[in-house]
Amino acid sequence: MTVALDATDRAILRLLIRDATLKASEVGRQVGLSQPATWRRIQRLTEAGVIAGRRLDLDAAKLGFGVTVFLGVKLAAKSRVSLVDFERAIAAIPEVQTVEHILGLYDYRLRVTARDLADFERVLRRRIMTLPSVGSVEANVLLSEEQRPGPL
Amino acid sequence: MLDDIDRRLLRQFQADPGQPIGALAEAARVPLATAYKRLEKLQNTGVLRGQHAVIDWHALGYGVDVSLRITLDKTNPRAFDDFLAAARDVSEVIEIQTFLGRVDARLRVIARDLSEYQQIYRDRILTLPHIADIEALLQVATIKNSASLPI
Repeated sequence: MTVALDATDRAILRLLIRDATLKASEVGRQVGLSQPATWRRIQRLTEAGVIAGRRLDLDAAKLGFGVTVFLGVKLAAKSRVSLVDFERAIAAIPEVQTVEHILGLYDYRLRVTARDLADFERVLRRRIMTLPSVGSVEANVLLSEEQRPGPL
Repeated sequence: MLDDIDRRLLRQFQADPGQPIGALAEAARVPLATAYKRLEKLQNTGVLRGQHAVIDWHALGYGVDVSLRITLDKTNPRAFDDFLAAARDVSEVIEIQTFLGRVDARLRVIARDLSEYQQIYRDRILTLPHIADIEALLQVATIKNSASLPI
């Protein structure tokens, strides 16, 4: 089921994408609604699943994670039957932040975070390349990243 | 530098960013006043930069989610800047990343259906400046998605 939004809903979402900690009263002030009316709209958008949650924006480098690498993984031809095993094993590695099954050049795209390149190499060699189903791997080191507000 | 208390707080906070600070303090086994003080410090030092609402585009009828891996024409010194500035103007582009590696940039593009995607691709993406090559990857399933850092 698709949720229909009006212009006020869109304005509320744009504000919350920028700062999810805004109080309903502050959001309401900016979109020209009362606090209760704004609260009801946010509640409705959350219940409908449009607002799926919150994301913390942490400075990874300041936390000691200086390197993010995207890995395109192609599985070895023989092991295509054991997709579930591969997915379970790869998702259990804490440095692997995301695992996406994709259609195209690769079978999976992984987002891996590490303290530095040496640490990344350790994760790659000891945790990822040791999985029996991994065939070839392509690495791209993340230089910059931005999330955009999207079509609202 | 971060100590064990900061790490415990951030770990719990990452796991459930929507929770009230009281619950967070309890889960991290830290007194409430300490939790307030530490989070304020993490914000002031720029470790915690902010909190953003996550939109489920699927719930809004955007069923197509495509990753475009882009190689730029690096003979032009302004290739990156021009490309990124123009890509920011395409509202259906919800993520922009740049890389060191085989590809230069990746755009995540959403659309309501394949015909809308095709239109965005032709009219808005292919017209972006300095593109040398594009590869499209269609996302089938997300098996793990923890934006979380292994703090």
